[in-house]
Amino acid sequence: MIKNHYDVIVVGGGPAGSMAAIEISKAGYSVCIFEKDRDIGMPVRCGEAIGYSGLNQFFKPKESWIASKLNGVKLIGPNGIDVDVDFKTETGYILNRRVFDYDLSKIAVEHGSEVFTKSYVKNLLRDGDYVRGVVVDYLGEEKKIYSKIVIGADGIESRVGRWAGINTLVKMKDMESCMQYSVSNIDIKQSQMIMYVGSNHAPGGYLWIFPKGKGSANIGIGISGKYSKNKSAKKYLDEFVNKEFPNISILTTVCGGVVCAKPQKKPIANGVMLIGDAAHQTNPMTGGGIASGMKGGQIAGQVAAEALSNNDYSIAAFEKYPKKMFKSFGNNHNRFYRIKETINQLADDDLNYIATQVSRVPVNKRSLSNIFKHAVYKKPSLIIDVLKVFAGV
Amino acid sequence: MIKILENKCDFCGTCVSVCPVDCIELKESNISIDDDLCIDCKLCVYICPIEVLKDSD
Repeated sequence: MIKNHYDVIVVGGGPAGSMAAIEISKAGYSVCIFEKDRDIGMPVRCGEAIGYSGLNQFFKPKESWIASKLNGVKLIGPNGIDVDVDFKTETGYILNRRVFDYDLSKIAVEHGSEVFTKSYVKNLLRDGDYVRGVVVDYLGEEKKIYSKIVIGADGIESRVGRWAGINTLVKMKDMESCMQYSVSNIDIKQSQMIMYVGSNHAPGGYLWIFPKGKGSANIGIGISGKYSKNKSAKKYLDEFVNKEFPNISILTTVCGGVVCAKPQKKPIANGVMLIGDAAHQTNPMTGGGIASGMKGGQIAGQVAAEALSNNDYSIAAFEKYPKKMFKSFGNNHNRFYRIKETINQLADDDLNYIATQVSRVPVNKRSLSNIFKHAVYKKPSLIIDVLKVFAGV
Repeated sequence: MIKILENKCDFCGTCVSVCPVDCIELKESNISIDDDLCIDCKLCVYICPIEVLKDSD
């Protein structure tokens, strides 16, 4: 049964929301998660790729979470020249997010959180300058639920943030318009992700084929909002699929937006913290946001627990959250943002040049640093930002 | 005026996140535009991955 009061209300039952709830429950405070959809983990609006350390820093992965284990990438340039890069070791996974999200939610519940699905949060409750709860449509009934803190984990729409007066608007050039088919009857290597770049494939973004177990894959595309006016993500993807894979069956279709911006500097207000996509915590170069969203959720959860123990829910008390978040991954995301901007300046001819140069390097000597070396030849400014990312400065 | 082909919408929220005046309301399987607030900037039309939003002019 839903109560009238919780220490913390988390709006959104994705991985970021569950991680925040886990931390707060662990500290012994009451938490409820409101999920607007009828199921946790559905629909899956995600390519489902995550790095090895991105996942293992939180949990030892269960077999049921993993659709495929990756150890390499094939990059395909605008003119079709492809470059295989083998990382030698396990570098990442394609997840089954319907299972993964569901399990994370269960972990939150095991720690004492309460989860409510089909619960649509309509507005915030206020007490002076402070947010003190939400108005929620729960099973067709409007309820006022009070809390000391509201955590907005409500995805790209970031309605909690808007209501709380945080500027969550995304510039068109930093919004990737995305579309994905989960397909079957496709014959691809299970240990390799394939990425197509160039303005013919995906202007201001990339097209991906992620293996999802034998005969299955996620085929998706993200194009920058700067270019989507002229031709939609769906048109690009359909042209590609019809040309390259005319015999596959499409079992699931999803679309969505991926924010490829700098992380929000102040995803906080009195009584409110935003996490995950709602706080623009996606890696702006890759569009990957599962691990960083979870990290954002974890940090915000810890700061919330501390705020509860001090009985201080002011924006000043929450400042620790963005500070720790930037130290953890936000500063790197700012650098990835600059790298993305530089890469987006590369013309198709530059990309073809890089692919040709790297394809001449023997496969066993190929690495990301080779690709980088040739990319730097075209855009020397890349070197500074890439070095900073790897040096962590 | 922006029109929504509601039976084709996937309710992904991408349009909501780029709307500068916050005039798009989205529930589990309902989407609507507040025409009084809408400034006809068409960003939602341009960003929609599956061309569900149309400019009716």
